[in-house]
Order: sequence, then structure tokens, then C-alpha cells
Amino acid sequence: MFRFLLVKLAQLVPTFIGVTIVAFAFIRLLPGDPILLMAGERGLSAERYAQLQSQFGFDRPLIVQYWDFLTGLLHGDLGNSLVTHSPVMNEFMSRFPATMELSIFALAFAVIIGLPAGVIAAIRRGKTLDHTIVGISLTGYSMPIFWWGLLLIMLFSSTLGWTPVSGRISFMYFIDDVTGFMTIDSLIAGDWGAFLSALHHLVLPAIVLGTIPLAVIARQTRSSMLEVLGEDYVRTARAKGLSSFRVIMVHTLRNALISVITVIGLQVGLLLAGAILTETIFSWPGIGKWMIDAISRRDYPSVQGGLVLIAFIVMIVNLLVDLAYGVINPRIRH
Amino acid sequence: MALLEIEGLSVRFQTSSGLFTAVEDVDISVDRGEVWSIVGESGSGKSVSMLATMGLLPWTAQVTADRLEFDGQDLQRLSSRQRRRIVGGEMSMIFQEPMSSLNPCFTVGTQIDEMIKQHKGGSRKERHERALDLLAQVGIPDPARRIKAFPHQLSGGMSQRVMIAMAISCDPRLLIADEPTTALDVTIQAQILELLLKLQEEKGMALILITHDMGVVAETAKHVIVQYAGRQVEKQEVKSLFANPRHPYTEALLSALPERAGDQDRLPTIPGVVPGQHDRPTGCLFNPRCRYVTDHCREVEPVVAPDDPARTLCHYPLNDPAEALATPSHDVSGHPPSDGQRPPEANDVNRGNREVRP
Repeated sequence: MFRFLLVKLAQLVPTFIGVTIVAFAFIRLLPGDPILLMAGERGLSAERYAQLQSQFGFDRPLIVQYWDFLTGLLHGDLGNSLVTHSPVMNEFMSRFPATMELSIFALAFAVIIGLPAGVIAAIRRGKTLDHTIVGISLTGYSMPIFWWGLLLIMLFSSTLGWTPVSGRISFMYFIDDVTGFMTIDSLIAGDWGAFLSALHHLVLPAIVLGTIPLAVIARQTRSSMLEVLGEDYVRTARAKGLSSFRVIMVHTLRNALISVITVIGLQVGLLLAGAILTETIFSWPGIGKWMIDAISRRDYPSVQGGLVLIAFIVMIVNLLVDLAYGVINPRIRH
Repeated sequence: MALLEIEGLSVRFQTSSGLFTAVEDVDISVDRGEVWSIVGESGSGKSVSMLATMGLLPWTAQVTADRLEFDGQDLQRLSSRQRRRIVGGEMSMIFQEPMSSLNPCFTVGTQIDEMIKQHKGGSRKERHERALDLLAQVGIPDPARRIKAFPHQLSGGMSQRVMIAMAISCDPRLLIADEPTTALDVTIQAQILELLLKLQEEKGMALILITHDMGVVAETAKHVIVQYAGRQVEKQEVKSLFANPRHPYTEALLSALPERAGDQDRLPTIPGVVPGQHDRPTGCLFNPRCRYVTDHCREVEPVVAPDDPARTLCHYPLNDPAEALATPSHDVSGHPPSDGQRPPEANDVNRGNREVRP
């Protein structure tokens, strides 16, 4: 198991170097100059421009700038934001819990609904319930996030008034920042009203963000279950006189989960990408919204730092998925 | 009262192109401690009829029977909960592919334990000891280590031994073995068959062995059912079946045995394949492949003669025991058995009989 982990970690190194190159090059390939954007409509003199360029180090060769970025990264220093002048790492870390909270709830929503839906569709194969679940999940998968988000806001927030339109918590509550998770922090503070308000604010964005993963998980669970249900060992389980519940939940689902877990792991990358749109729609103060702002201001350190950190998180999650895969599938472990 | 009593068992599958009859009108009556064998080629409905008995067919299958009783209990009327108590406990089954019949996610011990827990109960320690004992009984070396193994760490023969250990774990009164040696090496096949017969004798359980190998039948069973295209074509004791096969299909299967081919250069084969859903012939289902076929066979479906102890499904059964005593009179259709279609040397197939040990 330890060897397995080491091999997996070693495989991450080239991927990580690739990510730094892409993140570094990507923002510089975009047209627009951060210094000109900072100056805005006032404009600035050529001398002042050259002075600022050398102040931020943009006048040096790209390879030197990249080397600086890389060595800084290895020391945990991603540079300072051009806009706020505070360290990118701090900016990222102060917003990341909001995104993580949203993503966890979205993924939980997707798994809690998607997994049973897939199992039920597989058991009821060819029946109306199966067609309904497959149809709904296809619709969910094809739904553009921004459109779906706006539709839900119109129905539940504007027309029905059930949920708030934006934000993480009602302005009535002031919660000390301990973990950065509004739901957990409000519980630590022992404020039930704040906790419910935080949940209230989370519901809609989590549903919007979780819809596509939900559809993917439901479809994968269904097809994986159908495949496993045809296996000889499921027949053996039934020949043992076990209840259908045990045959399905233990013998079939356990094996079907192997491929479902892979798919869930892949959703984490999509979830962080989807978070950017969802956070923009719901004014959710997470890294998605922060990245959009950084890109529009050509805040080079923030964009490249943010990209590298997000990529790092996705890689770690995939590593964890690989480990979980080893735990659930004995053929990998041994 | 027999242990397993099946009369008029039929299984139909709902397919996209209509209803397909996989098994029709099968009768079996197995007594306690008896060894039966069901023989036939692939597609003859051997496994399907036994899976139907166990209740293991997919939902697309429609199972009907005039009688389907185990130990006096009507399996068709039992609730699924009551039936599950019999399946696995009183009547268990092992399958053709041992490697894929064990769940890859659980250890051998867990899978045996689950079965014992379901039907026998007992404390964790008792069940563990029973599992160890079972593994030793089926000849697995070092049971204490093997009980922690996952199926992918076992060979095919070992997996089948584990399957057998699991199947006998609750002291069933009937064990159905569905081609238990087909997927195994020849050297292992004999060991597994020996093991099954040893356990059958020790535990006094009934055994139904599904196979396509007449050699296996000769070495194991007391009673034989020959099935073809879902129909039962002949039912006899193994000795008389080998000595006097009544159905031309049985005869053809027997003459395909290497031991019986004698000095011939080439092993006799049966041309063609078992008809499927779309190429069912009219009349007798075996007629396109039968060497004695007549026009009558091509047009009229045969029925079993009421006084035929071998229950032969044929217009012109071979080796009529009455034939030896009297002139041929069993032919009701007016086609004499020696009308030129049947070579007179057909019965010579029995000359190799002494080389097989029934």
C-alpha cells in the first residue's frame, strides 16, 4: 500500500510541472496588460510604465519570471496580487473554504440523489421509472449551469421567495471565522439561527452546481449496476438464498461502486470549474468569483497562483480516489 | 415421496422477437441420496431447467410447471422469503465458471460465512471454525491462510473447491452441479468429480450433475436424463442407457465418445447445431441431424409412448426391449423401422460398450 502511494505521488510530479507551465503561459497569452488596466482611462507616461514594469519584474525575460514563479511556489510563496498587494496565498485561502463548502454540499447532493437513482433505474430496467430517471438525468446533464441557476432563482427566490438570491449568510448574523465553513462555524458559535440561514443560502447554489455531477453519477451507477447484475457472482449470491436487498446493496453495489468512485473523483475537477459560474450567479464569495475578477484585471500572480492551487487540489483528490479505489477493489491492492 | 419432484416444467423467455421456449415439458424425480445426470449439448436447456428450479432465472423468464416440489413443498406457491430458506440451505448449486462465480470484493471466508450466517446462524467463532472445517473437507491445503484469500488469488480448481465448500456449508439435501468441471484443466476435472461424489456419499445428499460429457456421466451418475433443444428426449438408468440407448440423439452422443470410436480414424460427430429460437424445425426437433430421419419425423412431433420406461421422445426408438422378444410392432405410423432409412448396422454402436465403465 505504501509503495502504491509512492508510485502515485511520483506520477504527480510531471503533471504538476506541466500545470505550472500552462498556468504561467495562459494568462500571458491573453491580450491586455495589467499595468495599462491598472492605470485605466487616465493613461500613464512611458517612463512611469517602464518603472512599474521593472517594479513588478515584467521587464525580465519570461524564462526568468517563470523560474521565479517556480522557486517561489516551492517555498509556498505565490507572490502578491497586483490589485490588493496582499499575498496570493492568503487571498486564495481566505476564499477557498467558501468554494469547498459549496462543492462538498453540491457533491453530497449529487451522490445522495444520484447513487440511489442509478441503483433504482438499474433494478427497474426498462420500466417507466428507469426511463424517467434516465430522461431527467440526460436533461440535467445538458442544462447549461448559468441558465439552470437563473431558472431556479426565478422560481424559488423571486416567485416563491423560499430561498435567498445571493450570499452565504443573512447580514443579521456575524460569525467568527474558525474553519471558514459557514455551517460549521455557526455550529461552533452555537447559533442555530445562523446555521439555518447558512444552509438556506447553500441550498440553491449546491443544487445548481451538483446537477451535472448528479446526472453523471446516476447514469454511471445505472450502467455499472446493470453490468454487475449480469455477473456470475450475483447469481451465486442469489443461489445462497440471500435477500434481494443484500444481493443488490452488498454484492452488486460494492462492485459497481468501483467505477462510480472513479467518476465521482473526476467530477471534483468539473465541480471547481462549475463553481466559477455558480459563484458568479449567486455572488458566492469563493475562489471562482475571485478568479474571474483576477482574470479581468490581468492580475498575473493571482491567476497563475490560483490555477496552480486549484490544479493541485484536483490532483490530490484524484490521488485520494485512487487510494479509495485500492481499498474498495482488492484486485488493485494485492 | 421423492425429494425433488418436477413435472411438466417449461421456461419461456420474453425476447425482442417474441416468446422463446427454452425448456419444455421436463420431468425429473430425484430421491434422497440419488445421483442424477442431465446430458445434452450447449443450448439444450439443461442449465435453464435447473436454474428455474432454484429460482435463479432473470425476470424475462416465465417458468411454469404442473409440479415443482421440493420435499413436499410446492416451490411455486412459497413466498420468496420461504423459498430463500430452501435455496442455499436445503438445495444448493455450483456453477460452470468458478473464477467468476465468486465475488471479487470479498474474501473466501466472508463469502462462506455469509451463507452459514444466512441459514445456520451461530456465533462468529463457530461460523469461522465451520468455514475452516469446510475448506479442509474440500481438500484446500492450509485453510487458515486460504480463508483470508480473495478469489483472484485462487486458481480455477481452488475456486471451484471454495464454491463446493460454500454449497455444502449448510448441509443441503440436494446439490445441483452445473457443468462443474467444464472450465477446469483436465487433470483437475477428475479431482473435482471425485470430490463431489465423495461428499455426496458422506453426506447422503442427492446430486444432479449437469454435463455435456458422456464420459463424466458414465463415471458418476446412476440415472441419466438426455435433453435436446429444451425437450427431455430420454430418461434411463446409466447402465441400460449405455447398453441400449433408445433415442438416436443419445446414440449419437455415445458414439462420439473416444472410447467407443474403436479403430475408426475419425471420431463420429453429430452434424449441425442445436436449433435456436429462429431455426426450429417442424416435426421432431432432432430431425435435421438425425441419421434415421423419415418424412414422418419432419412433419409430426413425436410423443412419448405411455408404456416406454425410458420416456423416449422419438417416433422410432432404437433398441426396443420388446424387439428382442417379438417382431417389430411399436411403429404405429406404418413406417417400418428398416425401410432403408435406418442402416441395419446402427445397433453395432454398442460393440464398444465394454470400454466405458458405467
